[in-house]
Amino acid sequence: MKLVIINYGAGNIKSIQFAFKRLGYNTILSNNPEEIKAADKVIFPGVGEASSAMKMLKESGLDELIPNLKQPVLGICLGMQLMCLHTEEGDTKGLGIFQTKVKRFSNNVKVPQMGWNVIKELKSNLFKDINENEYMYLVHSYYAEHCNETIAATDYEINYASALQHKNFYGTQFHPEKSSLAGEQILKNFLSIV
Amino acid sequence: MLTKRIIPCLDIKNGRTVKGVNFVDLRDAGDPVALAKQYADQGADELVFLDITATLEARATTLEMVLHVAEQVNIPFTVGGGISSIAHVDALLKNGADKVSINSSAVKRPELINELADKFGSQCIVVAIDAKQVDGQWKVHLAGGSIPTEIDLFKWAKEVEERGAGEILFTSMNHDGTKNGFANEALAKLSEELNIPIIASGGAGNVQHFVDTFKKGKSDAALAASVFHFGEIPIPKLKKELKEHNIEVRL
Repeated sequence: MKLVIINYGAGNIKSIQFAFKRLGYNTILSNNPEEIKAADKVIFPGVGEASSAMKMLKESGLDELIPNLKQPVLGICLGMQLMCLHTEEGDTKGLGIFQTKVKRFSNNVKVPQMGWNVIKELKSNLFKDINENEYMYLVHSYYAEHCNETIAATDYEINYASALQHKNFYGTQFHPEKSSLAGEQILKNFLSIV
Repeated sequence: MLTKRIIPCLDIKNGRTVKGVNFVDLRDAGDPVALAKQYADQGADELVFLDITATLEARATTLEMVLHVAEQVNIPFTVGGGISSIAHVDALLKNGADKVSINSSAVKRPELINELADKFGSQCIVVAIDAKQVDGQWKVHLAGGSIPTEIDLFKWAKEVEERGAGEILFTSMNHDGTKNGFANEALAKLSEELNIPIIASGGAGNVQHFVDTFKKGKSDAALAASVFHFGEIPIPKLKKELKEHNIEVRL
């Protein structure tokens, strides 16, 4: 299986690579459009600030490429947020794959949300063999509002979309690569999606 | 609901784990990668590696260790100790560390916090603060607690937040190594005055100390070393008992 991690200068890519390696899969880091298009599965990572991440995507033309990919794509954390319509972080227009907006938590709670929280109301093949209320590791200051594409929900100040799916596009706010055995199961599930 | 985190801290010297009692008198407690993996399997929520040598020569060894930990461990981990440059942080993150922790370097040059937060994001920048209460006043200490300053803990913590830190790791030097419980009064004040997560450190001796720091100290996470390294408090037992005290933990 050709598994490509989009490498556009954002995020802790090493931990995603290692997580797949523990599952027995090698990954390719690339920002080359042809290589990404030829992949069986694509991972779209992202940690950092939204407007600068989007700027890096645009510089390499990936903002045009990603929404047109036909194979399964998994956006993680900021990757998922950039797949939405808009994020309040840096007032940034997103890729528009998921029909929802990304907002900041208020100061009624500690920001960022940092640590393990549960995911529930699971509805996707991405969560095969994952129990309702399974713990996942999250680090984020912004959240996606619910929409028709919500496939998992989490409570922190409000109830928000902690995972999204539109056709072949998947997104998780949590970090499956850092979420122990359950996280590894989600990565396995993603790999078995055709 | 977001759970309270249990964080074993592994002090690293020349690639091996050690733990100071009141920051001196070091004892050996094993191989860091093996320990890390064991803690992850036992249900630790995160890990902290503190490089207490942090000389230039030791850095390459630490980077290699970070890479090995990232390969084998499926929970997040933070690396701290002697970090003072963007390039050093970049190297640690590229080798698979999820967060870095800075301490003395931030006090000496506070702009470093802004620079790191801007470049890598607040979520991976932890500022560690060592402080000691003298005549009722909490004063920040540097270099592993060996150098006192006149800086007030709460004032500094507020500045650290404003400059973009994602989290604060507060070690009370009055409590560290005593096994008499965490500095819950100061911790609660930090938690009330700030809007970023606070990790309690220094003083863990029994399960009740963890209960107290989450309830009275309002801590978001609790860090400890020797009680875990020497098996005095097994993590599964600790988390089960916290749950029985109605404290949300990941089981």
